[in-house]
Parts: sequence; C-alpha cells; structure tokens
Amino acid sequence: MQWKPDKSKPICPQISEQLCLRIAMGEFRAGERLLSVREVALSAGVNPNTVQRSFETLEQEGILYSVRGSGWYVAEDITPARAALERMWEEKTAAYVQDMTALGMDLGEVKKYVAAWLPKEDAE
Amino acid sequence: MSVLLECVGLTKKYGSTAALDNVSFTLESGKIIGLLGPNGSGKTTFIKIVNGLLTPTEGRVIIGGYEPGVETKKLVAYLPDNSYLNSWMTIRQMVALFQDFYADFRPALAFEMLEHLGIKPDCRLKTLSKGNKEKVCLILVMSRNAKLYVLDEPIAGVDPAARDYVISTIINNYNPDATVLISTHLIADVEQVLDEVLFLQNGHLLLHRSVDSIREEEGMSVDGLFREVFKW
Repeated sequence: MQWKPDKSKPICPQISEQLCLRIAMGEFRAGERLLSVREVALSAGVNPNTVQRSFETLEQEGILYSVRGSGWYVAEDITPARAALERMWEEKTAAYVQDMTALGMDLGEVKKYVAAWLPKEDAE
Repeated sequence: MSVLLECVGLTKKYGSTAALDNVSFTLESGKIIGLLGPNGSGKTTFIKIVNGLLTPTEGRVIIGGYEPGVETKKLVAYLPDNSYLNSWMTIRQMVALFQDFYADFRPALAFEMLEHLGIKPDCRLKTLSKGNKEKVCLILVMSRNAKLYVLDEPIAGVDPAARDYVISTIINNYNPDATVLISTHLIADVEQVLDEVLFLQNGHLLLHRSVDSIREEEGMSVDGLFREVFKW
C-alpha cells in the first residue's frame, strides 16, 4: 500500500484502520491472501513488529485470519470491516457538521450547502 | 523475547570527563532500537564498548551471555561511523574477505543486494561515490546472520533516497531472533521503523521507552519528544 503513517500518533492502530477500511471498500476481497507482514512493513516503511501487532488486532476483531506457514487472509465475512467503515462515515460527518457550526452555520444552512454542492439529480 | 544485551552501571571516563556515567539497561531480541542523543552524548563510546574497541572504566556489558570479546564478535555485526575497508579492493574481494572472517556471512544475499542497487561487484571501492560506498558497507554488515546489528550513524552521510534504502534494508533483513541498534541524530528519518528508543545525554540514560508509548502518552513523534527533551 502506498501509504505512510502519521509519526505523531501510534502507528499500530493507523495500519489496522487503513487495512480495515480498504477491505470494507473492496480493495481486498473476502478470503483474499494479503501481502506478508514484511512486504507491508517495507511499503509503508515501518517496523515489522508493528505490522504484526496490527494484523493480530484485526484478527481478534474477526477481520483477518492467519494460516500457519501461509500468511494472512481477509475473513470470509467482512461485516466487521463494513461496520468500521460505517463508523468512520459517521465520525467524518459528525466532525464536518461540528466544524461548520463552529464557523457560525446553523444546521439548516449546513444542509443547504451540502445540497448545493451535490450534483443536481442527487440533490433534494 | 529473550534478553540479548545487558549493561549494568556502565561507566567510561576519558581522564576526568565521563563519556558514559553509570548507564544500565537491557535490550531484548527481535527489536529495532534507536540510540539517540546529541553530539557528544556517549553514543559512539557505548557502541565501541559493545564491540570491544574500548573497555569500560566501571560496570559491564553482557551480550548473549558474554563480555565483549571473541565470542561476542560472532554475535555482533558492526557498522562503524567511518569506513575501514581497503579502497583498492574490489567489492567481490571484500565479500570474500567477510566470508573468511565470519562464519555467518551470506555471500548470496550480499550479491543479491548489490545487484538490486546496480553496483557491480568487480569495481574497486575507490571508484564508488561516498553514498554507494556506505551502501556497500551496510550490505556487508547486514549480510551477516548476526544476533545484534550495531549501526553507527548509517544514514548521516547519504541522500534522502539512500536513507530510504538503508531503512528498507533494515526492514527486509528483520528477523525475530536479531536486534538492530541504530545510532543517529536524524530521528525523523528512522523513527517509523523503531520499536524502542534510548535517549543519551552527557553520558546519562535519559529514557528507554517504546516509541508507540511515546506517541500515545506524549501525543508527539519521537523527533518531537527529542526536540523537547534536548531544548537549549
């Protein structure tokens, strides 16, 4: 993955989140074999131990599973990954609305601005 | 994870100045560790003691159960901060020399890494640029199957692209039985590959922590913390 972590935050959860979102968005399919820990570490330029811990966290969450001697695979059921993606959508939306209200908009105006920004046929 | 290196009350005095003053810590196998500190903080003195080039004034360091000496040279692969290789030799001759010296040397791996960089084994070291010379030294050191790799300033003299190469080489050669100790003041360039950091100042150990605990508890990068701790 062509992605570099933010060095001011713990790297392990950042890798877990990235991978989880990519699975939810379909970049990696259910049951697909992932790159090895070393390959991910190399491409992100991070410590292999950190990648290993990220994968193990995702395994506990049921998003990945490992096969001894073979590697890491995306779980057959990607519901937990989808749920994480939906949580992310909600968080981003909440953060956006919060930013706009902090800039003096009321909720009606936020709606109007979002609607105006969307392509015509999708807008209400 | 087992203890690989232990130092207890390590002190090194040059006349009346203490380059290392009562330093104690342990390092485990399977880690990539940053040895960080401003100039003159004792990094190279520590590294030279580990490699048996200096003897401590007081205290001791134990590597894999042995004090620095013949036994530890089998365990430790050392990249000094300046080149000690003969410039008239070809790279192929140096590979042969390392193979004679170290039973754990893997020539096939060395040639593979050289080829990857497009460095021809039959050219003499003196014909290489400074950056390529440093890469060759790193390749020779990393081609050993050692328990402890000690890299003294491996990225100080090379361009940013070469720094990425150094870091990739370290990641690529990572194995859970070996530890890599990297001394540097260019923290921002290496911190994402580190498990732990040791901060040295005036010969004292200021802190020894995992990098993710620094990011989590201080809310800043290792580089940020370093600047904070060593502010004038």
